[in-house]
Amino acid sequence: MKLGHALALAKKDWKRIFREPAFLFMIILFPVMLTLAFGTSFGAVGGSQTTSFTLGMVALGGNSTSSTQFYHDLVATGALKVTSYSNNGTAQSALSQGNLQAVVLLPASFDETVQSFRSHPTEPGMWTNSTLSIYLDKGSALTVQVIPTMVSQVLEGMLGAKPVNQALPISVSVPSQVTVKESTVFQSFAPGLFAFASIYMIMTVAQSFTGDRENGLLRRILVTPTTSADIVMGSVVSYLVIGLFQALLVFACVYALGYAPVGGVSALIVGFFIITVFAMCNIGFGLITAAIAKSAGAATGISFIFLMPQLFLGTFVGSALSSSAQAAGRLLPAYYVTDALTSLWTRGTPVTSMAVLTDLAAVSVSSIITLLLGVLVFKKFGKS
Amino acid sequence: MQREVSQTATAIAIEGMTKDYGDVRAVDNLTLSISEAEVFGLLGPNGSGKTTTINCITGILKPSSGTIRVGGFEVRTQGREARQIMGVSPQETAVYQYLTGKENVEFFGKLYSVSKAVLGPRVDYVLEKVGLTEESGRRVSKYSGGMKRRVSIAMALVTDPKIVLLDEPTVGMDPQARRSIWDFILELRDKGKTIVLTTHYMEEADELCDEVGIIDHGKLIALGSPTDLKEKYHARDLEDVFIQLTGRKIREAA
Repeated sequence: MKLGHALALAKKDWKRIFREPAFLFMIILFPVMLTLAFGTSFGAVGGSQTTSFTLGMVALGGNSTSSTQFYHDLVATGALKVTSYSNNGTAQSALSQGNLQAVVLLPASFDETVQSFRSHPTEPGMWTNSTLSIYLDKGSALTVQVIPTMVSQVLEGMLGAKPVNQALPISVSVPSQVTVKESTVFQSFAPGLFAFASIYMIMTVAQSFTGDRENGLLRRILVTPTTSADIVMGSVVSYLVIGLFQALLVFACVYALGYAPVGGVSALIVGFFIITVFAMCNIGFGLITAAIAKSAGAATGISFIFLMPQLFLGTFVGSALSSSAQAAGRLLPAYYVTDALTSLWTRGTPVTSMAVLTDLAAVSVSSIITLLLGVLVFKKFGKS
Repeated sequence: MQREVSQTATAIAIEGMTKDYGDVRAVDNLTLSISEAEVFGLLGPNGSGKTTTINCITGILKPSSGTIRVGGFEVRTQGREARQIMGVSPQETAVYQYLTGKENVEFFGKLYSVSKAVLGPRVDYVLEKVGLTEESGRRVSKYSGGMKRRVSIAMALVTDPKIVLLDEPTVGMDPQARRSIWDFILELRDKGKTIVLTTHYMEEADELCDEVGIIDHGKLIALGSPTDLKEKYHARDLEDVFIQLTGRKIREAA
């Protein structure tokens, strides 16, 4: 394999992207239009659609004056959408399915504890001590940081206590104080846009190869000293750069529309790395499509076999689907790209967290396997 | 038929080559030697096996049996070395529509690892020779069919190859363009290059070729210089020879 040959092929592909209207649209204009359309539709521009943290509350001792007051005080913060559950199992199930970000479990003795404190605020020996448990969505660093703090503040407010210098009869783990941020629906959709835009690369890769084959160009290249490996490497180099460029473009759009990623520079670097790696997967699917398709027109249709499942199950669209559809999404690389970007850029999960590393491994392994499979299938069936 | 040429002067040597597509035998036990510094014309009706032969020489098709040596390199085992000394202009006008004429030619030069210092002047030279200097900066999609054909020839010649394979090089060209391509081919021959061309224009073969081989149903049925063949078959021109040998029945392309 010669690097010079691969680079010459890659440069040729880059020129195609900017000179052929169909390719320019799919790679550059479509992601921009898509982002702008979703941004304006889902509240990023002049949006009033805001979401708050979703919280489930379970009073183990049943409804009481204290638990009802606590519920209303949580709602009154304006940043918490609180749902009261009659039993812990239902609430935990909602949490595990992603319908809640946290569950607050009021102990059976909650009312007794509150009353004992109010009766003897300065006599800890007279208190009935208890523990309020908070179950959190561990994947969301923002949730982990914000909700315990807010719950503690609400509790202190309800008891009329001064948290700095006064002990409380109810123990809650209190992390560092953070400013609560409201997020739009667009912000929850934004990570999925990156995978959504990149997936269409399957179509452009397939059209590029089938078009070159139809026009005799592939055959012509193969009668030069250029090898099949050079051709594939040229394509990989070309579309990795295109994938990164596309991701930067989408990023610029979502950022301009108000999506501000949390997590810092390392999260950005790892995020872009994952998107770029995902391009390899799309090149692989594109090569498989090109091997199957007899013409560029057929390639467009066949590419949807690989494109549609990833679009519906692996991007932001999946979050609106049934739990079984969401489970099916876990079989697709796009799911892990969206999940990784959501963890890194929306939830602020550290780059070294198990969630992010698992996503990175899933995207890398599936992309490499798909690319290798694509190369083998195209080499065997796609060259003529 | 077999033509005997000394080993040192042989540019392309084909021995007992057969190519089957399933039950169809496209080329049947072809043995042929093409000398260095000559223009060799491979003639035949549509579907006779000309393009299959060219494709086997370039290595794009693997013969079912037999061997092919190009410049001394065995195509099956030393394909890369063989392709390095060949320039090929295929039957279809395979050019990138979204690149300019100059970019197409440069791109193919890079695929042969021609250095930048050599490539620049060489690109200008071949574009001038095919009459495209003034139009070289325009995208090929704006070119006429004949101009695209000329770009295709320039792409085959940009590396100054020892052996040039031109599959129907002047299809779609006007007489002036065709004449300039003929001059260029003869100039290359005079510089010691070996040119193998296929053509349906008998006057082109008559004008250019030092030697022609007529192939039909995959078999070589005549071989010799245009003058010798005309004498042998008592024909006015090469077209008469061709019709005598292959008949008047219209053939469909394979």
